[in-house]
Parts: sequence; structure tokens; C-alpha cells
Amino acid sequence: MAEIPDEEFILKTTSACAGCSASLILRYVTKAAGKDTVLVVPACCTSVIQGVYPNTAMNIPVYNVAFASAAAVASGMSEAFRAVGKKTNVICFAGDGGTVDIGIQALSGALERGTDFLYICYDNEAYSNTGMQRSGATPLGASTTTTPLGKKDYKKDLDAIVQAHNPVYMATACSAYPVDLYNKVKKALSIPGPKFMHILAPCPPGWRYPSEKTIEVGKLAVQSGMWVLYERENGKLSISGASKAAMKKRIPVSEYLKVQGRFKTATEEDISVLSEHVENNIKKLEREVEGIC
Amino acid sequence: MLMIGTGNKAVATAVRDAKPTVVAAYPITPQTEVVEETANYVASGELDARYIPVESEHSSMAACIGAAATGIRTFTATSSHGLVYMCEMLHMSAAARLPIVMANANRALGPGWNIGAEHSDSLSMRDTGWLQAYVSTVQEAYDLTLMAFRIAEDENVLLPVMINLDGFLLTHITQSFETVEPGDFIPEINTPHAIDIDNPGGYGTLTPSNEHFKFRRDIERGMRDSVKVIEDAQNDFAKRFGRKYGMYEEYMTGDADVLVISMGTLAKETEVAVDNLRKEGIKAGSVGIRWFRPFPDLKDVVEGREVVIIDRDYSFGYGGILANEVRSKTGCSPFSVIAGLGGQEVTYDDIAGFVKMRAANEEHWFGVDE
Repeated sequence: MAEIPDEEFILKTTSACAGCSASLILRYVTKAAGKDTVLVVPACCTSVIQGVYPNTAMNIPVYNVAFASAAAVASGMSEAFRAVGKKTNVICFAGDGGTVDIGIQALSGALERGTDFLYICYDNEAYSNTGMQRSGATPLGASTTTTPLGKKDYKKDLDAIVQAHNPVYMATACSAYPVDLYNKVKKALSIPGPKFMHILAPCPPGWRYPSEKTIEVGKLAVQSGMWVLYERENGKLSISGASKAAMKKRIPVSEYLKVQGRFKTATEEDISVLSEHVENNIKKLEREVEGIC
Repeated sequence: MLMIGTGNKAVATAVRDAKPTVVAAYPITPQTEVVEETANYVASGELDARYIPVESEHSSMAACIGAAATGIRTFTATSSHGLVYMCEMLHMSAAARLPIVMANANRALGPGWNIGAEHSDSLSMRDTGWLQAYVSTVQEAYDLTLMAFRIAEDENVLLPVMINLDGFLLTHITQSFETVEPGDFIPEINTPHAIDIDNPGGYGTLTPSNEHFKFRRDIERGMRDSVKVIEDAQNDFAKRFGRKYGMYEEYMTGDADVLVISMGTLAKETEVAVDNLRKEGIKAGSVGIRWFRPFPDLKDVVEGREVVIIDRDYSFGYGGILANEVRSKTGCSPFSVIAGLGGQEVTYDDIAGFVKMRAANEEHWFGVDE
């Protein structure tokens, strides 16, 4: 068990919704990063979570930037710190819309240029801050306010896009597994160069489940194989603890879907497509772990 | 040191001499040489800076914002579509009170594709909170770029500065120019609100309307205070290096009956027109607008004179932008000439022609309204 420090960098009374897993993620990310850290935050739920001027719920500098610009701002900030000999961690903390959609060009550029930073996408699978509109990260079948009959398109494969940039380190995590998340942030920040983490962030009002079930929903995502925890160091894949078990034995995808109101519109066909996708993805990862491809 | 080079080269050389710590830029015609030359200065070690070859103009300004937020000196350059692409970040950099310096090669916007000189790009960024200067010669491109850092970083200003030079007409013409040893002409940068790990704060958090309002009012306070800062910088520059600049450039205005007001290279062309008109007995003078934001006080120079204003731009549904700015600030009744759009050639003979055909409060599109 990792020694997670007691020091808090996010106060207990934020303006996050009840059961918000993004603020839980923020708590463990900042604990792992420590004091010498700047967060770069584009428009997302965290713009709200940190509170209203002149107050802030954060105990490290937070630089709020335009929606599309987080990775580019971080690029300039990291270069400026390094130019004057400072090792300050520069961490982008962005939602899925700010990452897979409007911010992907800046992210691609910053990764390609070898920027010394950590980009974290906390993925609640929609534009939650504006009230749950579809994003490129919304899964097939999920209803949002702009896909009232359920999304007809697949979730964008962000990890494959990032992987194509060959970052020194990339990992997935989930708010329901804070120790795994903490350790991955620690490891990422110990390596110079471009690092990326994709963290599943269940959202009670957006996904429509009771707020006290936010950890349970995150665990179901991993246990069903809908979300796989892994890391890649210089491209080399290793599956993380909780997902190792799920690779062998999974609960049905429907167990994960049925606790969420957003999948009420999902058809039988959607569910079977999602299940098939999970099986294919896990087979692909298994083959990679075994060195077959 | 006496050098020979283009307007772009002069800008890059001034950047070398101002010693920014981070340069982030993206190439676009006709600014490209600035990007290349600053990269060369960094590569050769003549400029000790981090050069970030960003993937877009939106990101070049974003990177400058991130870098400047740490309290270091930054520079970028762009033109035309690049400038309007970064529009969002222009608003953000000014509102974040970051003293970023940028050179803009004035160029038309499409469609159709046109890479000629036009002021529509920078003038459509008029209300972003950036200071804007327009230069007329290669020497001025060097001098104003150097001065821009001192002005932007002054604690009474803390606003970004855009130095505008006409695409091709100045970016690509070669003249001799004198460089300087800036010494303490540009003091060490000291950004009072730079990110401080030991004193963590929230930057740009959600801000209620009454506080937002105060921040916007302070941008205008900084803009108004910048007039004195600009004048002090230009006077100190003259004292140290011998070249004198004002908020605007006057040529033969003392006894003039008619003034031609313009910006950029048109102002230099106008000076030749003034000489020729005077040979014909027409007492003309020229006012070249150097600082467009903050806008100079022209009341005294315009008072009691006929005025011809040349715009290399247009506000559709309203009129020539410079003509209307001067009209609203001075109450004059100018003859408004729209000329030079898309790099259209405007000679001193053409300008003399505008003066001869002047008619108060009328508008004339050169080459279209013939």
C-alpha cells in the first residue's frame, strides 16, 4: 500500500456536485504531485469546482485557460520554468471535451514537441459542465441532452491517438481506484518528457445514478472490462491490478449499464455491440501482453 | 551597428536584442522570415531563448500566455489569418495582463486568397486590449519592436503590444537600419502577478460581474496610463540612441491647409506626395498614425484644417476605420479614401490626386469609384 500523504491541496468544501469523482481525482493527483505544481485547467467542471474569485479551493497555483488551449499553455509554461532552472510540475487537468474534441490539436502538438508535462484527461464522457451534451468520448448508446435517443457513434479512441505520439509514459486510471491512480501520477511525474493519463470519472448527475454509488459505478466499469487500467512506459504495456482480474473473468457489460440512467435508451443491439467491443479490446490487449502483436 | 535587411529581419534583430526567454511562433506569409530569423538567432546562441515551434497561431499565443504567466519575457509574430485565428487568445492575454510582444505583418483576409498588405487583420483585433503601433520604415520596425517590450512590461501598463508592419511593402523591402545596445533601456522584467509556488493563487477563476467589471476598468486605466509610458520610452530612446518618435509622425504640418492622415507605409508615401503638392502650391502636410491604441490626441493638429484620411481597411456597414476614429475623436469632416486593399499599389502621385479631389465627408474607393 502506497504512503499517500495527509497534506491536502484541495479543500473539502468545493463547489463540486455531490459524489463528483473529478474532485476525488483532483485530490489524489495533487497529493501525488505535491506543492511544486501548477495546474493548467481549460473550461471544464474543474473551472467550477475550484470556487469563485477571490476565493479558491485549491492550495497550488491554478491557471485557467481557454477551452482549446490547455496543452499549448502548458507547453509555454513548462519551457519557461525549465529555462530558468525550475522543476515545477506542469499538469493539464482537462475534461474529455477539452481533450478529445476542441483541445486535441494543442495536445497533439505538445506531445509531438516533447513537452515536459503531464496531461490528464478526466473523462466523464460528455460536456458535463454545460449540462451533459455529447462529446467525442460519449459511449455508444448513452443518452445526453444532444443525443436524446442515445448516441449512434462510437467513443473516440483517445488512447490510440495519444499512443501514436509515442509519449514516454501513458496510463489509464479510474477514480474508484485511488491508490493505483496516485502511484501512476507519481511515476509519470518522475519521468521527464510528455506524459499522459486518461482517468475515468463517473458523474452522478450526467450518468444518472445516485451520488453515493460513484465508487461502485467506477468499479463496475473496470470489472466489466468497459474500462481497462493499464500503463505504458516507452510504449511497453502492463495491465494494472484490478484489470488483470477482469481480463480473466468479467461481469456482463449490462451490469455496468443498468445502474446508469443514461443507458436507458440503449438498444439490445447497442449492448451487444458494446460487449463485443469489450471482448475485442481485451483480446487485443492480451495478445500485446503475450507479445503476439 | 549598421545593418541592411528587410522589415522582418529588423523585427527579428530587435527581438534578439530584447532577449526574450521564450519565443513561440508559427509561420505565415509574409511574416515567415521573422519566425526563421528568430529560430536562427536561437540556434546560433545569439539569443538565449527557448523556441517553441507550435502547431498553430492559437497555440503560439497560448504558449506565450503560459510562459509569460511565470514572469518571463515572450515574443511571437503572425499575420492575417494567423492573427484572427488567435483572436480568443488575444483577449485572454490582455485580460490576464501579460506583457507579450507580437509583430504582425499586415495582410488581407480571404476569400479569395490574397497575401497583399491590408490593415483589416489588426484593426479587427482593435478591441482586444492590445496596444497597437504601425511602423513605416525598417528602422522603425527595429526601434518600435525594441521599445514594445519596455512599454508592455511597465508596471503601469502590463498589457500586450502588437507592432504592425505592412506585408511585403515593409516586411520584404530592404533598407539599412542601425541596431542599439539596449543596456538598461529595457529593465529586467518584473511581473507582479507571476505564478508563485510559495504564494499559490487561482488565476482566471470564475469571477462575479462586479469584480469582472473592475478588472475591465483597470485594462482601460492601463491603456490610458500607457500614453505617458510610451512617451517616456520614446523620449528616453531619443536621448540614448538619437532617433525621436511621437505618438504620431508629423511632416510639414506647421503651415498646412490640408492634412493627409494614414498609417504604415502609406504615411511615408504621403510625405513624398506632400513635397510634390507643395511644389504645385498646395500647402499639404502628413500625419502618420504610429500608435493606434492608445489612440493619440489629434485635436490640435487637425484643428482648422481640411483632412484627407486614407484607410487600408474597411468596417462594412460603417466606413474607413481610421477615418471614423479620427472623426469621432476630433469632430473633423474628412475626405475618406479607401485605398491599398489586398496590397493594391498606391503611389505618391495617387495620394496627391486624393488631396486634389478632396470633398468633406465623402468617401472614395480608389480604383473602384473612378
